[in-house]
Amino acid sequence: MTGTEARNLALAAVAFAVVACLPLAGSAYWLAIGVTIAMYTVLATSWALFSGPTHYISLATAAFFGVGSYTTAIGIEHLPYWTLPPIAGVLGAVLAALVGLATLRLSGVYFVIFTLGLAELVRQVIIWFQNVSGTKGLYVLTSITEAHIFWQLTGLAALVYLVGWAIWRSRLGFALRIIGDDEEVARHSGINTAGAKVLLFMVPGAVAAITGAILAPRYVYIEPATAFTPMLSFQVVIMALLGGTSRLWGPLVGVIPFTFLWEAISASFPNQTTLLLGICFLLIVYLLPKGFVGLLQAARKRVETREAWA
Amino acid sequence: MQRRTTLKLAAALLTATMLGGSAYAQETIKLGAVAPKTGPLAGGAAVTHWPNIKLWVEEVNGRGGIDVGGTKMMVEVVEYDDQTNPAETIAAVTRLATQDEADFILAPYSTGLNLAAAPIFDRFGYPQITSTASTDRVAELSGQFNDLFFLLGQNSEIVGDAVEILSKLRDAGTIGNKVAMVNVADAFGIELASTAKPIFEAAGFELVYETSYPLGTPDLSPVMKAAKAADPDAFVAWSYPPDTFGLTEQAIIEQLDVGVFYTAVATAFPAFKGRFGAAAEGIMGIGGVNADSEAFQDYAKRHMDATGAAPDYWASGMMYASLQILEQAITGAGTLDRETVTQYIKDNAFETVMGTVEFDDNNNNPSYWTVGQWQGDAFRGVASTGREGVVDVKLKEGWE
Amino acid sequence: MDILITGLLLGGTYALIAMGLNLQYGIARIMNLANGEMLVAGGFAAFWFWTAGQISPLLTIFLVAPVAFVANWLIYRIMLRPLVKRAKSRGQLEVDSILATFGLAFVSVGLMLAVFGGDYFSYSHLARPVHILGDTYALNRLTAFLAAVVICGALYLWLNLSRPGVSIRAIAVSPESARLVGIDVPKLAAIAFALGGAVTATGGALISMFFTLDASTGVLFTLKALVIVIMGGVGDVRGTIVAALLLGIMETFVASAIDPGLTLAAAYLLFVLILLFRPQGLFGRRGT
Repeated sequence: MTGTEARNLALAAVAFAVVACLPLAGSAYWLAIGVTIAMYTVLATSWALFSGPTHYISLATAAFFGVGSYTTAIGIEHLPYWTLPPIAGVLGAVLAALVGLATLRLSGVYFVIFTLGLAELVRQVIIWFQNVSGTKGLYVLTSITEAHIFWQLTGLAALVYLVGWAIWRSRLGFALRIIGDDEEVARHSGINTAGAKVLLFMVPGAVAAITGAILAPRYVYIEPATAFTPMLSFQVVIMALLGGTSRLWGPLVGVIPFTFLWEAISASFPNQTTLLLGICFLLIVYLLPKGFVGLLQAARKRVETREAWA
Repeated sequence: MQRRTTLKLAAALLTATMLGGSAYAQETIKLGAVAPKTGPLAGGAAVTHWPNIKLWVEEVNGRGGIDVGGTKMMVEVVEYDDQTNPAETIAAVTRLATQDEADFILAPYSTGLNLAAAPIFDRFGYPQITSTASTDRVAELSGQFNDLFFLLGQNSEIVGDAVEILSKLRDAGTIGNKVAMVNVADAFGIELASTAKPIFEAAGFELVYETSYPLGTPDLSPVMKAAKAADPDAFVAWSYPPDTFGLTEQAIIEQLDVGVFYTAVATAFPAFKGRFGAAAEGIMGIGGVNADSEAFQDYAKRHMDATGAAPDYWASGMMYASLQILEQAITGAGTLDRETVTQYIKDNAFETVMGTVEFDDNNNNPSYWTVGQWQGDAFRGVASTGREGVVDVKLKEGWE
Repeated sequence: MDILITGLLLGGTYALIAMGLNLQYGIARIMNLANGEMLVAGGFAAFWFWTAGQISPLLTIFLVAPVAFVANWLIYRIMLRPLVKRAKSRGQLEVDSILATFGLAFVSVGLMLAVFGGDYFSYSHLARPVHILGDTYALNRLTAFLAAVVICGALYLWLNLSRPGVSIRAIAVSPESARLVGIDVPKLAAIAFALGGAVTATGGALISMFFTLDASTGVLFTLKALVIVIMGGVGDVRGTIVAALLLGIMETFVASAIDPGLTLAAAYLLFVLILLFRPQGLFGRRGT
């Protein structure tokens, strides 16, 4: 570990400690926003861990999230709560491995829509099973509060960043960057591209399932239509892409402004929320072609050139 | 240039977020309303939820406001669209409680969104008078969330009364013993079907065809054909709006010959009658009202005048009743103090367009409509748990 | 037999839903996530004309199609052309068009909500039984199927026989080479996109005869259309038709013979299996 890395790690640890104090500030409003940001940070960052280097756009987030929600909803009757997120994580990882193995031959838009179709397949099978087994409404009545959920998500986010950082440093990360640049070259230089991709795809799968499991108590009543909403998959992609996927912190700088934008529009224009959100998407796409990461990097470069001149 | 625009945007955002909870002298009652304007449930909310808020606010302010301890206070509503997303419902209710500092918050729309919001209502001590939530866990829920009230009724009663109607018809010899039962594979449909199955069996019915179909099934004709092939005496569907329409249309096409045709959610919508006209005659569904009562007829007329649309014959009246209860409780308690108002709701009876409402120990409204039937121009209640004006059930006779 | 006919009718409906997207994605290279909203808008028009003046959707489509054509042409010229110009690679354009059309879908929902309100729009037209070979079918579904046959047939002939049609297909295969042989790629891509929009809106007007729609339902149709287009293979009209019919028959078969609860699961399973064995879709070319 180099000195810079140690310093960055320490800074990150301090940042997380500060963030974790949010619930102590006592504002339910900011806590609710904090939960939203934490949730999308976790989802979008883990999504970008796979999609950033490989350029594969996955729309399967909702499937994993839904599996996680259902794990909590069904498991809460039989098991203590703290066992459920890890179980959901394992289920998500296994499911992701299966998906990964199934998608090895697909590329480009075929992969995108395949993940979408697969998410729907998973949802249909689970709902069918729920119906056949005669399971009545799924209630998750616990004493878990918003603050608990926030802390769990923040912890999960820290874990995601650590994993991301570890992958980046590892041989796997190096292999993936080569795959992203040119899969052909990667294959010729003896990289097991398939294995690398599957392994990496398990990360967002597990993380999304854990997130679903953590959030289930917040929603109290689990419905298939909301647990598996395809909108979630799209939103994660949009946020990650808006932020930029080339850096580990890229999705975060997408999620934060996006959440505030969403909140500001929802709060100020309740009757035109959808319309204005759409207009904002369009503006961002046209004005910020490289995402927020591109914007920040351009700004930094400008500052640096100015310093060089001074 | 580009940076400047971005900065401006950021500044605008920040102010928009920070503003919100500015204090001002209390002259009006600030109410919060959160429900879908977009998303999968927007269609239902546009019929049942939003028009009633519009109507009621117009009326209250037309009268000069709500009487609070002798002073008349006008009503102001802050509306949010939760996009049929429970996370947004939670965010919006929190925003209303903390940033807008609403005096009261109207209950959200649907079972799922209401239960997602219940912890927030509970935490800030807002009474939550739900009119579109239906569950069988009333006791457990009101135990955990002390301010949660249920107007619409319990699934077991809704299902039980439907089966009872069938039993009576069978015992009178007007229909046979064979029932075809289908359900939409989503939360409410699954819950109703799994409740119904043992009740049907206990009542001695033979389920000759039984299946579920996914929400959003594009073609229900295989379902209807199979049901028809089983030659049932009654057809019962625990369905959602798009498939309620779809199943009925297929039944017309197949000329399904049954004595009882029952579809669940949206059967009570005026659009149902609008679409199927004379063929709707005799179709049963969840809900119903006392269509002949003066209170309801007057309400329906005012609803029409204020919003340009007729109310539905199930939850619309309950939604309006929830607003009446809130108003009467505020006036009765003579204060905007939420704890006092909540206690007043628990302790008193209220006169509403749906009749008198008095909550039981579980904050549940014990008397409500369970089954309705299209008879003439109205969807009339044919079974209830203690409501007046129940009319006799008619058999479904053809589709013309 | 009954299953086959019911399945074919449903397949015709699917073809109407997906054909427009195939043109837009296969040729103009825009993965249009706002496709379903265009469909719902077409349905709205049909509903409005029906309730206002009892004008049949079968007449309304002759107004809907040209209006949608112009609207989509404008959308392409104003909104999407800059993205195409800016994109350095196919992947970049895909990402940009996902983001932009996702925004467009939101804008469309917002506009429809403002104009028509959030209520269900549902009417009954041609909901009469017809008897074919001793079984009953809905006349409105049969009508939509016939319209699908006409539209898909016309598109197929036009793309294969007419000069602009052949040029458009050349773009689908390789935009770069098409430019080299003197084809005006931007112009024809705009036309293909507009045509796709017109087909989608027409399909929307037709299926509104038997589907209950509201302002927010578009996304469901977008998902279905994406699945069908990918299953059939991008940029080939035949692929979409075959995939649509296959899906219709599969769903009807499962609903009739196995369990209606598994209808959609079976549909997606079919999709997944086809891609597992033919990663480029039924009629797709390798390497696109």
